[in-house]
Amino acid sequence: MGDNNLKNPTIELKLPIIENMELVATQTADVVSRHMQLSEEKSGEITLALIEACINAFEHSSAEDEIYIHFIICDDNLTIKVIDRGAGFDSDNVETPSIEQKLASDERKRGWGIMLIKELMDSVSFESDHTGTTVTMVKKRDENE
Amino acid sequence: MNSITNVEKKIDVVVISTEGYLNKDLGESILVIAKEHIGEGFIKFLINLKDSNIVNSIGASIMIELIEELQDKDGALAFCSLAPIVEKTFTIMGLTKYCSTYESQEAALSAMA
Repeated sequence: MGDNNLKNPTIELKLPIIENMELVATQTADVVSRHMQLSEEKSGEITLALIEACINAFEHSSAEDEIYIHFIICDDNLTIKVIDRGAGFDSDNVETPSIEQKLASDERKRGWGIMLIKELMDSVSFESDHTGTTVTMVKKRDENE
Repeated sequence: MNSITNVEKKIDVVVISTEGYLNKDLGESILVIAKEHIGEGFIKFLINLKDSNIVNSIGASIMIELIEELQDKDGALAFCSLAPIVEKTFTIMGLTKYCSTYESQEAALSAMA
């Protein structure tokens, strides 16, 4: 492979904020997952976490132009950064949803994205201020992968 | 293409089959079709997701709206032929506490009869 000598090869995408454009990112994630020989299960988890991170960036960032996605291939993990230049948010103030609470109220049933990302990835961190947000998601490689 | 590919009545169960990404648009299409049938008196629904192997939380959250509609009428919502990541998403969000899932449409209809 041509990238054998690269340290932590990185793939960078720039996505316009257009409905369903997150699927472009999932196609790249599929290629990267296959390259890393990750399991189908992990590949599916990465796909969904990435969809949710992109949707959050599209919908909640107030970004006016595009978002950026970096796939960083490390020896022991895949690190994905989803970056927007929106208004930022306080991840500590995001309530953890439950279906019981959603069914018991007239409120919108949405608001699951961050919970899903946390459940599906091995680690997630948020850096956010008034200039934008970077969500960093890590999926570890198993020893046999 | 994200769309409803078939709607059929199997005795008292309305089976809605889809293809493509279960996102906001497809979720809302399912909800509209289901509400039309609820208006006709149907309260059992089976969503066949054999050809929808990708979902997002907005599409899934619209399924929670359908659960809520059916709870008011003592109805039932079930899903069949789920891709593993779709089933995992529904489990994390808690939908599987309120909806049964089946490996195939035949298994679902047999159980729902």
